Amino acid sequence: MLSTLLRGCCIAAAGGVMVLLSAGAPAHANDEVRIGLITGGCVGCHGGEGGGGHGIPNIAKTMTRAEFVATMKAFRENKNNPTVMNRIARGYTDEEFALMAIRWAKPE
Amino acid sequence: MAYTLTRRGLLASAAAVPLALAAPRVSAQARMRLVIIGGGFGGASAARFARDAFPDVEVTLIERARTFTTCPYGNLVLGGMRKIEDITFTYDGLARRGVRVVHDEAVAVDASAKTVRLRNGGPVSYDRLIMSPGIDLRWGAIDGYTEDAAERMPHGWAPYVQPITVLERQLRAMPDGGVFVMAIPDNPFRCPPGPYERISMVAHYFKQAKPRAKILALDAKNGFSKQPLFQEAWEELYPGMIEWRGASNDGRVVRVNPTAMTVHTEFGDTVKADVANVIPPQMAGRIARDAGLANQTGWCPVKPQTFESALVPGIHVIGDASIAAPMPKSGFVASTHAKQAVAAAVALHRGETPANPVYFNTCYSHVGTDYGISIVGVYRAEGDRFIEVPNSGGISPRNATMSRERKEEQRRLEAHYADGWYEALTRQMFGLG
Ligand SMILES: Cc1cc2nc3c(=O)[nH]c(=O)nc-3n(C[C@H](O)[C@H](O)[C@H](O)COP(=O)(O)OP(=O)(O)OC[C@H]3O[C@@H](n4cnc5c(N)ncnc54)[C@H](O)[C@@H]3O)c2cc1C
Ligand code: HEC
Repeated sequence: MLSTLLRGCCIAAAGGVMVLLSAGAPAHANDEVRIGLITGGCVGCHGGEGGGGHGIPNIAKTMTRAEFVATMKAFRENKNNPTVMNRIARGYTDEEFALMAIRWAKPE
Repeated sequence: MAYTLTRRGLLASAAAVPLALAAPRVSAQARMRLVIIGGGFGGASAARFARDAFPDVEVTLIERARTFTTCPYGNLVLGGMRKIEDITFTYDGLARRGVRVVHDEAVAVDASAKTVRLRNGGPVSYDRLIMSPGIDLRWGAIDGYTEDAAERMPHGWAPYVQPITVLERQLRAMPDGGVFVMAIPDNPFRCPPGPYERISMVAHYFKQAKPRAKILALDAKNGFSKQPLFQEAWEELYPGMIEWRGASNDGRVVRVNPTAMTVHTEFGDTVKADVANVIPPQMAGRIARDAGLANQTGWCPVKPQTFESALVPGIHVIGDASIAAPMPKSGFVASTHAKQAVAAAVALHRGETPANPVYFNTCYSHVGTDYGISIVGVYRAEGDRFIEVPNSGGISPRNATMSRERKEEQRRLEAHYADGWYEALTRQMFGLG
């Protein structure tokens, strides 16, 4: 599922418009909902656009997908002096980090 | 990918896509009708998410009040750090985004006809119903604690029953050297760390305005959320001001006398209060109980994958009204129940399988100026239960685990981030950003 999802994203990014629903039909719509659910808690602190505020960092398109996933993995190990992200990151799987990256990291 | 576009882009482009492709069974003529009762943390979050994620679904939000004052940050009003206006919101932002907001009270649900009856307006039909009515207070569960008694001994635990300003005024009028008594209920109740944040914020106010005042917290439990963090902070910030008494130390309040301003404990102690804050036991909001969604506990059992009622099909019960332990009854986690319930409701309506859920909570508590602490939990569904993901979540680090400098930094940052959390979550809920 992840592979179809990533492909959908590339198509969308390359075309500069959102063609993925028509390109892939139901599976893509569901993937998008799934990403919305997995990142559903992130927005409660980073905001709907990921922009942050009151010191909570901006996570919208600040990193490549690989950097984003690496950052989340590093949080699991308490790296970079987190106050809260370490406790959060330990609740999610690597696959979920990859899905989060689709919403938050730079488009690829 | 939609998420690489702006939110506006998502709405616009998703709406431009032929809906029949994404959902073959649903024609444009028969838009799914999703109806939500209660515009609080669960309900407003559900409306927002439904509107953003499912442009082809008709979203109706039934909320009896025109404005919503949050419980979160209500304790900061007591502490003098916020004003009531700062924590009060309207539904205009959701309406602007295309949610049909109906300000009326839901008085009955007919689950077989799939209609909600309103106090004033005509009935509302639904394909799927989401309920997030919050809590009702169990009047009389503490002997003598009636609605009238709550005027003299405010609870300040449900803003739609009593605004926090009732308690605020009493605290402001209390003489220096007076005693503030709190009665705290047993689990489960709304916001497990809430009473202890309240103790902290009242202490913060007393420290400046009434330094000789005392706080006596009488608790029906023997332990509480973030207990070591709160107690370390109280020692540090408010030495000698706060006494907390647990159940085995005769902390359970069983009777109150609002005329004499006394509270009475299980083993016969009588305590005289200058200001008494009695937080009584609670249950699911009335509409959920009337609709047959609650069991003998007064709360509503649900299926962990979808938050659909375990008792009545077609209705999802989210937020405080649901039985979702080990998740706490919190606003943040209710916003994640909401998203899963919306997605599951749409999937079930379309005959699809709902995605596996992940629920998530963070509760910050303000303990003093530049002093914040938090608890995190990530949860999933396993069969007919909710489980907390092992080794995830937990409370902020204890004082002794950090250098003095790091500890001060951690507490300062968390107080700051709490403000960011509040702003982000409320802006999401009320469609403001
Ligand atoms: C002092 C305090 C501090 C708190 N701090 C935090 C915190 O820092 N973080 C956190 O995450 N949580 C916090 N909470 C908990 C949080 O407030 C609740 O968990 C949250 O409000 C639950 O959301 P809900 O949707 O279940 O109910 P609510 O948010 O209470 O919403 C219920 C809504 O339903 C409406 N309603 C009910 N019945 C009907 C009907 N029949 N018809 C129409 N409308 C109806 C009500 O008017 C209300 O607007 C705190 C609570 C308290 C008391
Ligand atoms: C409770 C508030 C909160 C929630 C919820 C939250 N974050 Fe964070 N996030 C923070 C804070 C605060 C930081 C700064 C590091 C720290 O103190 O832990 C941060 C940092 C980050 C960073 C590093 C940014 C950088 O440039 O260094 C990433 C990436 C991130 N968060 C992703 C996420 C994702 C993905 C989610 C949802 C699964 C999420 N966050 C949920 C508060 C939150």
